[in-house]
Amino acid sequence: MIKIEKLHKSYPIGKGSLHVLKGLDLHIKEGEFVSIMGSSGSGKSTLLNIVGLLDGHDTGKYYLNGQLIENLDEKKAAILRNKFLGFVFQSFNLINYKSALENVALPLYYQGVGRKERNKIALQYLDKVGLKDRAEHLPSELSGGEKQRVAIARALVTNPKVVLADEPTGALDSTTTHSVMELLKEINREGMTVFVITHEEDVAEETDRIVRLKDGVIISDEKVNKKVTI
Amino acid sequence: MFDLDRWQEIFQTVRKNKLRTALSGFTIAFAILLFTLLFGIGNGLKHTFEKQFAGDSQNSIYIRSGNTTKPYKGLQSGRQIQFRNDDSKFINEEFEEKIQFFSPNIERFAQASYKGEQNQYTVRGVYPDYLPLESAVIEDGRFLSVLDIKNKGKVIAIGKLVEKDLFGNLSALGKNIVLDGLSYRVVGVFSDPGGDNDERFIYAPFTTLQGIYKPNDELDRFGLTFNPKLSVDEAIAFSNMLTQVLKEKHKIDPRDQSAIRVQNYAEGAKNVQQFMGVLNVIILFIGIGTLVAGVIGISNIMVYIVKERTKELGIRKALGATPSNIIGMIMMESIFITALAGYTGLLIGVFALKALGDSLEKYFILNPSVETYVVVGATVVLIIAGTIAGYIPAKRAASIKPIVALNDE
Repeated sequence: MIKIEKLHKSYPIGKGSLHVLKGLDLHIKEGEFVSIMGSSGSGKSTLLNIVGLLDGHDTGKYYLNGQLIENLDEKKAAILRNKFLGFVFQSFNLINYKSALENVALPLYYQGVGRKERNKIALQYLDKVGLKDRAEHLPSELSGGEKQRVAIARALVTNPKVVLADEPTGALDSTTTHSVMELLKEINREGMTVFVITHEEDVAEETDRIVRLKDGVIISDEKVNKKVTI
Repeated sequence: MFDLDRWQEIFQTVRKNKLRTALSGFTIAFAILLFTLLFGIGNGLKHTFEKQFAGDSQNSIYIRSGNTTKPYKGLQSGRQIQFRNDDSKFINEEFEEKIQFFSPNIERFAQASYKGEQNQYTVRGVYPDYLPLESAVIEDGRFLSVLDIKNKGKVIAIGKLVEKDLFGNLSALGKNIVLDGLSYRVVGVFSDPGGDNDERFIYAPFTTLQGIYKPNDELDRFGLTFNPKLSVDEAIAFSNMLTQVLKEKHKIDPRDQSAIRVQNYAEGAKNVQQFMGVLNVIILFIGIGTLVAGVIGISNIMVYIVKERTKELGIRKALGATPSNIIGMIMMESIFITALAGYTGLLIGVFALKALGDSLEKYFILNPSVETYVVVGATVVLIIAGTIAGYIPAKRAASIKPIVALNDE
C-alpha cells in the first residue's frame, strides 16, 4: 500500500539546510496497523507529511497504492489525498463553525457528493464511532475524545485506502486514549490500513508493528507480540 | 460557478461568522453610502443652478435702450436712445442666420379687470416668436398668431396666475378682460417655468399695443434667441457684434455702456457651465477616491480574514480541497459580501436622499438624487472591486502549503 525507497528530505534553514529524513526504506502492506515511534525531531512528522501528500520529498521513491508519487501539483495532490487518505490530527482540526455532521461530510463535499447523500453517509460514520446523537453539536460542545472520534469518522467517510493519524491521542487523557485506540483497532480489523505516529510507548504497543525512527533513520522495525500485552 | 452546494457553503461561512462579515461589509457599505450621498448632493446643487436659469430660454438675448453717457460725433451726452420699427427690420435682416426667434417688445403696466375683480399686470406687446423666448408653454387655447399681429387684434394670452387672480377656478378662455379701459378677448393661458412673476404677464399683439400706447413706430426693447448651433463663445461674439452695429446705427460712442444694454444669457450660462464642470470633477474625484478607499479597505480585511482562516483552509486542503476550490470559495465570498454590503450602502444612501428631499433647499440643494446609470455603474464597480479584493488574498491562501496552514495556531 505504501512503499518508500531511499527517501530523503531536507528543509532550508537560513543559509544552510536541515537534513531531516536520511534515506528511509519502508513498506506497509494493505491492512497493516503500523506505528512510527520517535522523539521530537526524529523526522516522524515529516515522514507523515510526505506519506500524506501534504509535503513533497527531495529524492527517493514513494508509491501510494502502487502509484509512483512524483511531480505532484497541488491539485493532483488534493485529489489523491481526498481519494486515498484519511487524516486524524493531534489537535483534531475540526472546523469550529461547522457541526459534527458537517465536519464529517466535508471531504465528500470536495468529492462532489450531493448534500443529502453526503449527510446520510456522514451520519452512518458518526454512528459507527458512537456519536450519532451528537451530529448537530459544534466542536466546542464536544469533549476531546468525542472530537477525535468525529475526526476519525471524517477520515473514514471517503472510504480511503490508508488512515494517517498524527499523534491521535496527544491531547487526550489515558481513558480516552484507550477508547480512541480501540476505535482505530476496530477500523483496522475491518481491513483498513492504519498508520499512526506517536511518541508514547503504550500507544505504539497497541499497534501490530512498530517502526522506530531516530535522527532521520529507521533504527528498528518489529512486529508486536499481542499476546504479551494482553 | 453557480453550484448550489458552493453557495450553501458560502452562506454558512457568512452566517456563522457574523462579526467578520459585518466588519468587512461595513467598509464597503460606508464607502458606497458616502459616494451616493456625495453624488446626490452634487446633483442637488446642479438642480438648483438649473432651476435658477430655467426662467428663460438658455440662448436668449434681451436688448434695451437708455440714455447716452458720452458725447459722440458732435452729439451731446444724456441723449435718449429710442428703438423703432426700422431697428427691428435692421436686426432681422442683418443677423438673419444667427437668430432663431426674434420679437420686438412693448411693455406697459396696466389695470386689468374682469367682472369686478381687479389687479395690475405687466402687459407686453410681442410677436408670436416670444413664447419660446420665455420658455413659456400654452396650457389652454393658443398663443398670439401672425394674423393677430396683422389685424391688430384685441386678443391676449394670460399667465396661469392672472387667470387664477381674476377668474378663480373658472376658465378664462374666450372671456373678455378690460385693460386700461379697452376690452381684450383671452385666447390662451400659459405656464412659465420662470415662476410666479412670469406667470403674471399678459401678452398682446405687438402691433395692437404699439397703436394704443406709442405715438408712432416706437418700441421698448428686443428679445431674441440666437441659433442654438452657436457655441457659447460664438454667441458672446454675436451679441457683441449686435451691440456694436446698433451703437453705430444710433451714433453712440462704442465705449458707452448705458445707451444700449444687451443682456446675454450665454455669458451667465458659460459661467454656470464652468462651475458645474468643476463641481462635477470634484464630486467624481471624491467619489472615486471614496470607492478606492473602500476597495483597499476590503482588500485589507480579506487579507486578514485569510490569515485568520489559514488553519481552516489547511484543513480543507488536507481533506481534498484543490487550490481552485479555495480561490473560488474566497472570491465568491468576497464578491458576495462586497455586492451585498455595497448594495446596502447604496440603498441607505438613496433612501436618505429621498428622505432629505427638498429640506435642504435653503442650502441650494434641490431634490438631491442619483441617476439609474450611477446606481448600475456603482454596482458593476462593486462586483469588480470584490473580485480584485478577493483575488489577491485567495491566491495567497491557495499557495499556502497545507502543513504550514495546519501548524498555524
